[in-house]
Amino acid sequence: MSAILDNPPPAEVRDSPGLWALAWRRLRHDRVGMVSLAIVAFFLALMTASYFGLVASDWAKEKGVSYANPSFLAGSENLEAQSMAHKGAAAKAPPVDLSDVDPLAPRYKEWEERAAKIAVTEVKRSETLPFGGDKWGRDVLKKAVKGSEVSIFVGLSSALLATLIGTVLGAFAGYWGGKVNDFLEWFYNIFTSIPYILLILAFAAVATSTGKLGKGIVPIVLILSLTGWTGIYRLIRAEYIKHSNREYVKAAQAIGATNSSRMFHHILPNVSHVALVQLSQYTVGFIKAEVILSFLGFGVPVDMVSWGTMLAEAQNELVIGKWWQLAAAGASMAILVTAFSLLTDSLRDALDPKLK
Amino acid sequence: MNTSNLLQVQDLDVRFRIDRKSEPFRAVKGISFDIPEESTVALVGESGSGKSVSAMAILGLLPENAIVSPESRILYGGRNLLQASLREMQDIRGKDISVIFQEPMTSLNPVFTVGEQIGEVLRLHMGLGLRQAQARAVELLNEVGIPNPKLRVGSFPHELSGGQQQRVMIAMAIACEPKLLIADEPTTALDVTIQKQILDLVAALQAKHRMSVLFITHDLGVVGDIADRVVVMQDGVIKEQGTVDDIFRHPKDAYTKALLSCRPRLDRRPKRLPVIDDFLKGDPKVHLEERHRGTSPEDAIILEVKNLDKTFFLKEGFFGKRAVPAVKGVSFRLPKGKTLGLVGESGSGKTTVGLTVMRLHEATGGEVLFEGTNLLSLTEKEMMAYRRRIQIIFQNPYASLNPRFTVGQILLEPMRIHAIGADDRERIEMAYQLLRRVGLPEASFHKYPHEFSGGQRQRIAIARCLTMKPDVLICDESVSALDVSVQAQVLNLLQDLQDEYGLSYIFISHDLAVVKYISDRVMVMSEGELVEVADSDEIYRNPQQEYTRRLLASIPRGLQRAKELE
Repeated sequence: MSAILDNPPPAEVRDSPGLWALAWRRLRHDRVGMVSLAIVAFFLALMTASYFGLVASDWAKEKGVSYANPSFLAGSENLEAQSMAHKGAAAKAPPVDLSDVDPLAPRYKEWEERAAKIAVTEVKRSETLPFGGDKWGRDVLKKAVKGSEVSIFVGLSSALLATLIGTVLGAFAGYWGGKVNDFLEWFYNIFTSIPYILLILAFAAVATSTGKLGKGIVPIVLILSLTGWTGIYRLIRAEYIKHSNREYVKAAQAIGATNSSRMFHHILPNVSHVALVQLSQYTVGFIKAEVILSFLGFGVPVDMVSWGTMLAEAQNELVIGKWWQLAAAGASMAILVTAFSLLTDSLRDALDPKLK
Repeated sequence: MNTSNLLQVQDLDVRFRIDRKSEPFRAVKGISFDIPEESTVALVGESGSGKSVSAMAILGLLPENAIVSPESRILYGGRNLLQASLREMQDIRGKDISVIFQEPMTSLNPVFTVGEQIGEVLRLHMGLGLRQAQARAVELLNEVGIPNPKLRVGSFPHELSGGQQQRVMIAMAIACEPKLLIADEPTTALDVTIQKQILDLVAALQAKHRMSVLFITHDLGVVGDIADRVVVMQDGVIKEQGTVDDIFRHPKDAYTKALLSCRPRLDRRPKRLPVIDDFLKGDPKVHLEERHRGTSPEDAIILEVKNLDKTFFLKEGFFGKRAVPAVKGVSFRLPKGKTLGLVGESGSGKTTVGLTVMRLHEATGGEVLFEGTNLLSLTEKEMMAYRRRIQIIFQNPYASLNPRFTVGQILLEPMRIHAIGADDRERIEMAYQLLRRVGLPEASFHKYPHEFSGGQRQRIAIARCLTMKPDVLICDESVSALDVSVQAQVLNLLQDLQDEYGLSYIFISHDLAVVKYISDRVMVMSEGELVEVADSDEIYRNPQQEYTRRLLASIPRGLQRAKELE
């Protein structure tokens, strides 16, 4: 090789911005997308903070009177709290004199004196809480924060897992067709032929009786995702059937791209919008499904709280006009779910190079 | 000819709102032309010239985001159609002015029989009863030349061939004896032989019913046969208008001249095709020396196909399968550095031959010998070495590039797969060189396919093939989807590359003029079988088979009119 460069040095090679860098650039210009992203990030931060005990760690403390009014409704009547107080007062009233028939009567005095030595400080329960209280006087707002921990975790992770399972299986069935498709379709048919609740119960029974899946919310995530992948499987399969005959895939085959490269490198980005939209719908669905599971006794343990359990409690409260627990859980869920689906919409647009 | 005008378009100006921020896009920039009574006016232009927008403006069928400037006027029967009410327009559409669209399959409703669809027009506009309408539908089908109309009136659209569907569309359009028939590229989706029949039918109906026709097309070739007047449009502006003789014999505008001579012709084969730029620069006679084409028995053979069979199996019922033979015992040889043209109508199996040779379809039988190695017997792994050497360029440049990849990614991928170039740095440098070679700016490297026009995308597809330095390139209708002027550029590029790298081409096309221009040897296929093979000059001068003769006879005569120019 000659030591002298007789050609001008090659044009500087600029690294092309990757798909994600471009997507981020587009997303930043999307106001709706950015606001949704901020809201989702806020909820995620709240969830993490509550997991590490930074906020709402004292949610289980019974601070207020039963069904304490929200601060902004301080003046309104609280019949439940009054009746409870009434009961409490009735309990403290001097007992009916039964000394003539009670063999223990002579010792009461002694016991009372001893009891008086132990300092019993009756906690003064507050009449109002920032957003009202539940039946036991726990702060509804803190409950909602603590509940987000379970709900968001269950909703998001089971949706992600279900989308992953559905996408991979759908890709295989749609791309390969033939025997692979027949087998997966058969598998899919088994899952969809069993009534949904029954299927969940079957999985739940296995999960809880063997105990292999652990305790708490991990089994719920697995149950929901293992039973919920069917819808997205069908959609992704259809997309793959359509795309695997497209010319750009044929062109990829012609240049020698492997099957897995064609499936996941070439086709997947072109069908990702389907997966993303499904992901947001699944998240919503699974947050609600956790309610059903909790109601049936397969959900979160009784010492935990989720938006689902809050909603279940709210049914009875609504009858007696205590709406704040429903409002707290419902509003948190509505805000998160709306923001999340708007975010996935924006994400879909941002990932599509054709849209500006 | 009658001189009074049926319809006058005056200062038509149409803009489209794209989004709130950018200026509306001006598709039609103040054009004026007249449609005289009982005559055919051809509106010719390439994609994006505004020809279809003008026609839709006449019908009042512009999309919601269109803005028609207040000075625009379309005068018909003493009133301005642009200011007519919705009710008036509904009366006019279908009755006075009717339209035939490009794609008959999507224009017909698949769930109604053709009789019902024709009958609907009659009942709506002519107030016929159910039975009368049905009887009239049979008459109309007979008139547009559908065999056995009494039976066919009860057929669903999918039971008819493409040409018959277009005939049904025409029957619907003429059902109410319109004064003006707008035909929007009515033959573009059809085979040459069918195209000829449809053009003849439109011309016959025009004369018989004494109506006017506005014929929209991108192909000046078909215009010569049927039009009285020609309007040439480019970028929303009328470049030239006049009688068909004036336009063909004495074109004044450089663009018209370019359109007339960009298309390959049957009688001449210049070294390079003239392109629009040559004319706009005023120097059209640069490469007009003839190129010699043909093969000789001594040519080295790079690819030999023996008795290639391909049968598709369709599922029928639960367990049944029906064999559909697509290619039946096709044998041919491709000499090194030459071009083998492959012509035939749709369904003749020519694309299947291309895909099977590359093993994009598995062959049912036969051999494909590439330098003596039978490709069909290789394992997938052994095939990899040969994949690189046989490449394909598809018809539709909009579909053959992955929309989620940048041009850079598209070009680098094959080099990475086949380990061409030492590292990515070198590969990127090669990609830049190839982009320059196919005539694209280097900045294209970072762009996505949708940012390019059809011709540019086809260049990207060509560059992708060139990254692998192939020996054989299969061009599957590679220029069919392109505008005439772009087609010439891409054909020139393909020719240059053959001269430079000694590539061998299999050139698949339904366009006989293009095949004649680029091929050394031509192969005619019909219904999966080889009909005739000969050197290209030979086959066009002296076709041996009846089928070949029929194909050649259906080439639009407009081209021959252009020939008379010389």
